[in-house]
Formats: sequence, structure tokens, C-alpha cells
Amino acid sequence: MTRRWSVWALATGALAMSAAAHAAPPTAAMLANACGGCHGTQGASAGPSMPNLAGQSKKALVEAMKAFKSGERSSTVMGRLTKGYSDADIVAMSEYFSKQKPTAYAQAVDAKKADKGGMLQEKHCGRCHVDDGQDFKDDAPIMAGQWLGYLQIQMDEYISGKRKMSEKMAEKVKHLSADDMDAIAHFYASEKMGETK
Amino acid sequence: MTMDRRSFIKLVGGASTVALAGCAGGPAVSSGAAAEIMPKSGRRVVVIGGGYGGTIAAKYVRMLDASIEVVLIERNRQYISCPFSNYYIGGLMKDLTPLTIGYDKLAADHGVKMVYEEVTGIDAAAKVVATKGGTLAYDRLIVSPGVDFRTEEIEGYTAETPSLMPHAWKAGEQTILLRQQLEAMPDGGKVVISMPLTPYRCPPGPYERACLIANYLKTQKPRSKLVLIDANPDVVSKKPLFTKAWNNYYNGIFEYVPGKKVTKVDAQHKTLVVEGIEDHQGDVVNFIPPQRAGRIAVAAGLVGDDKNWCPVDATTFESTKHKDIHVIGDAAVAGAMPKSGYSANSEAKVCATNVVALMNGKEITELSGINVCYSAISSSESISVAGVYRVEGGNIVGVPNSGGISPVDFSQAKLEHVYAESWLKNILTEMSA
Repeated sequence: MTRRWSVWALATGALAMSAAAHAAPPTAAMLANACGGCHGTQGASAGPSMPNLAGQSKKALVEAMKAFKSGERSSTVMGRLTKGYSDADIVAMSEYFSKQKPTAYAQAVDAKKADKGGMLQEKHCGRCHVDDGQDFKDDAPIMAGQWLGYLQIQMDEYISGKRKMSEKMAEKVKHLSADDMDAIAHFYASEKMGETK
Repeated sequence: MTMDRRSFIKLVGGASTVALAGCAGGPAVSSGAAAEIMPKSGRRVVVIGGGYGGTIAAKYVRMLDASIEVVLIERNRQYISCPFSNYYIGGLMKDLTPLTIGYDKLAADHGVKMVYEEVTGIDAAAKVVATKGGTLAYDRLIVSPGVDFRTEEIEGYTAETPSLMPHAWKAGEQTILLRQQLEAMPDGGKVVISMPLTPYRCPPGPYERACLIANYLKTQKPRSKLVLIDANPDVVSKKPLFTKAWNNYYNGIFEYVPGKKVTKVDAQHKTLVVEGIEDHQGDVVNFIPPQRAGRIAVAAGLVGDDKNWCPVDATTFESTKHKDIHVIGDAAVAGAMPKSGYSANSEAKVCATNVVALMNGKEITELSGINVCYSAISSSESISVAGVYRVEGGNIVGVPNSGGISPVDFSQAKLEHVYAESWLKNILTEMSA
């Protein structure tokens, strides 16, 4: 038995060595690892303008990447990159990141703005970004512990119209000023989520 | 780790070793003998080079299979990033701190064993790496040595040349020297950059450097001039974007001179000679020599027929020259993937995945790779190139209809400048924690 096992291991080892043709197609981890240079190891971002992907909702990630790919959502490199992946790849990467342990790096926020934002978000955002943004409904992303720099860029793009809002979001946001939006960003950034680094 | 006698010998090193070994009553060990640094007990991967490729390969092997011992050999206690070092040269960064990482967290959090030594040779048959401090046995070796300079092709180039005409193409002292020379130059002076034929490390790097030095001159020394002498017939990276930046922002200060290969230098007189006849003299001369794989890759016979770069399998990054040795990063021939920091990061993960699979007798996985590379064109704007890669017919190719450069209207340049800073933060954190 031991002998047969070792013969089998040698044979498969030799096959694997002989040609790349015997390699399996890229796994979800292989696809997702390549994103880490910008989004951090397993999607835990250390860069203030790069969103954390670790523990994010799979549905929100799929929607975001598909919107980048089609050009519906404006982007810098993401549109160019997502065009290199099939829809199945996008689903596999999204699932991979959604299963990673949420990790948030410590960041400085304005406590006064965060307090104001906390009150505003409950009324205006809480129906989709539920539990103070710690959880989500439908295709809404988890907001808690997200980088302030990233959130502020998104808020600016929503306000300027560069990034399109869903109808339900537009309905809520029309009652909010730019300062309100910024306060909400401070609130979500101030929220603890998963492991803090 | 308990300190065994051998690691003790390595730590005290040199001449005193002999006397101490004698006192302890053991066999005398001469400093020239190849003492083993850490005897190998279980399965071991040794990684050479703690830069953009090596750190990631070491970390990911440990993340994928903690039963494999990983030893990372690096000659310096700290690593200084070449990407973004043009920010420092152009005065946009006050010191090199944002570019500097150490290895303590890689050791503490991932159990990577650090050996701070200079590698002197690789015995591919015996599967042993030799360093100045002793030897290390391996089951698989990952070599990520970066680049070395082909200075023997340049007439007049001596060991002293870089101290007079800094290349600043390996970050650290050379980076600091180039900035000092720029700062010391009076207004009205002339700066000359010379860049080699492809392939060389970081295709857009010289053009970004031209932008940031021009930006420094424009704001600090506006009567000065900058010339970029390119050995290539045309701009080889992000051409429409760099050309536009030079025309729009640095007209009157900057001149691009393509198709001029420097064959001779006269460092004392800060003069470059093109094809043996045409002189280019400057007050500050940044001469970037032609390149090849890092010295150890050449010494170990890992380079291909061109004698410069290391051919590898496109899935495992195993050398086609030597079994059980993998080469990643700038030194490797990685098809369509450019010689960039991000490529090295991406290649390292593919290599680690397949090294672990091979050591466990599991099926290997096809490469899926990315390159994302930002270049600053001014103090507040950056441009990028992005690509997605896969294997077709045994070669690494760009996925059709994907990737590409920033829009030429610079509509995203301010935003990309912000994202570029997070790129640096994330990629250096990946390498060091």
C-alpha cells in the first residue's frame, strides 16, 4: 500500500513537472491573490483610498466589478482590469473576498462629524446599510470600518454625478448636504469591524 | 529558537570563531569553511532576496503551508523601495522613510526565518546555497535577485563612476546622492539622464524621473535644462501620456532625445559619449546602465542564451536551466509581464502557490497575474498602466481587450495620484506584515 502510494505520488509529481498543460485553471485564490498588491493581503487594505474587500458582501462585490467592467461605474484602473476576467471569475473572486476575515486598520476620524453622521445614517441609510453599516441588505455594501479616504471619494463622485446612485439611494440622498454626506463617511469609518490592525 | 553552536559561530564570525571553537573543545572551524547556518530537519524553501518578489514568495509559502520551513536570505536589514524613489529625487518626499521596510513582522507573524547574509553561490546539484556566513540546504529555492548592471559594456565605467554619475536605479544611497547633486546644482545648470535599451527594470521609471526632475527644475531652478537620452528609438512605456506631460508642463525645460545609445562615459568630466562620437555633458548626469538579472542568478547559471535574463516555466516559475530552482521578479523572463514591482508581487504569489503544490504532490494551478503601475507626472498628478495576464501555449500573455493606460485627457490624473499613494502603502505592507 505504502509503495503504491509513493509510485502514484511520483507519477503525478512527474506529470505536474513536465508541462504547464497539466495545470488546473486558476482557482479563486489564484485570481484574488493578484489583487492584493493594491487591496492588501486577502483584501485587508492598508491604503486610505483603497477599499477593504475582506468580509465584504459577495453580491456587492459582484455588482461593483460588473459595473466597472461594463463602464457603468466610473473608475481608473478597475475598468481596465475587470475586462480581463469572465463573469465566472468575478463571482469566484467576490466569493473569495467575502469569506475573508474582516480586518480594519486603525484610522483617524473627526469625532464630532462621526457623531452627527451616526444620527443621520440611521434615518437615511440604515434601511439598506443595516446595523449601523455593519451588515447589508440586498446589493448594499458593508460600510463599517471602511477607509475614510475611499468613502469620501465615493461621496464626492455621487454628489458630482460621476458615480450613479440607485433610485432608492438617490431618494434618500436628496435630503442630505455635502457636509451631511461627509459626516456619514466619518461615522462609517469610525465603526469597528472585525480585527483591528 | 535555541542557539546551537553553529549559529553561534555565525554570529561571532571571523577570526574569533576559531579561538572560541577551540576553547569549547570542539573541532576547530576555520572562517573559510562552509559551516551550515541552520541544519535542515523538515521540508524547506529558501528564498534569495527580500524585495518585491522574495518577501511575498516567503510569506505566501508560509500562509499556504505552515509545515514548510521558509528561510529568507537578504543582505540588508532594511529594504528601500525603488518604486516611488523618483518622488524623493524630485523633492516630493522629504526622506526615504515612506519607502523603507524591515523584516521583523514577516518573521514574527509568518514565521519566516531571516538570514542576513550575502549569497556567494548556489550548488544546484547538492541543493545548497552558500553565503559569506555559511551554507543553507533547500528542497526548493526561489531566487528573486533583481537586476545587476552590464557596466562592462560601457567604456570608461569604473567602480567610482556611480559616485560621480549616480544611476539611482537601486534605491538607497544612490537615490540620496542624485538628489544631493540636483540640490547642489546652481540655477541655469544642465541635467542629463541616460537610459538603456529594453528590457530593463521598470519601463516607465526613466520617463517618470524626467517628469519629476523637470518639475523640480521648473519650480526651484527655472533657468535650468533637462535632457533625457533614450537608447530606444521611441518612448517605450505610456508614450501618449508622457509625451503630453512633457509638452504641456515642461516645454522649454525638457528635451527628449531618442535613439542614442551611450557607449562610453567620462565620469570626471560628467560626459556621456553616444556611439563613440557624440558627447553629452551635464552638471548632473544620471547614467542608468544596461541591465541583466542579479549577479547571483548569473553566477548560478540561471540565465538563458542571452546571458542576461532567466528563462522560467510560465506556471511554476521553475528555471528551465536548473531543477528545483524558481526565479521571479525583474530577473525572470515572464512573457508579457513587465519588469515591475507589481509584477514581481503577482509572480511571487503564483510561484509560491505552485511550489507548495509541487512539494505536496498536488496539481499545479495556471497563472493569473496583474500589473498595476503608477507614474507621477507632476506634484499632484499621476498616470497608470494596468494589465491582466494568463498563460496561452506555455507563454504569459496579456488577456485580450483588457488593461491599458490612463485616458490621455488627464481627466483621472489627480485621482490616480491619490490612488498611487495607497498603492505604495498596500504593496509595502503586503511585503512587510
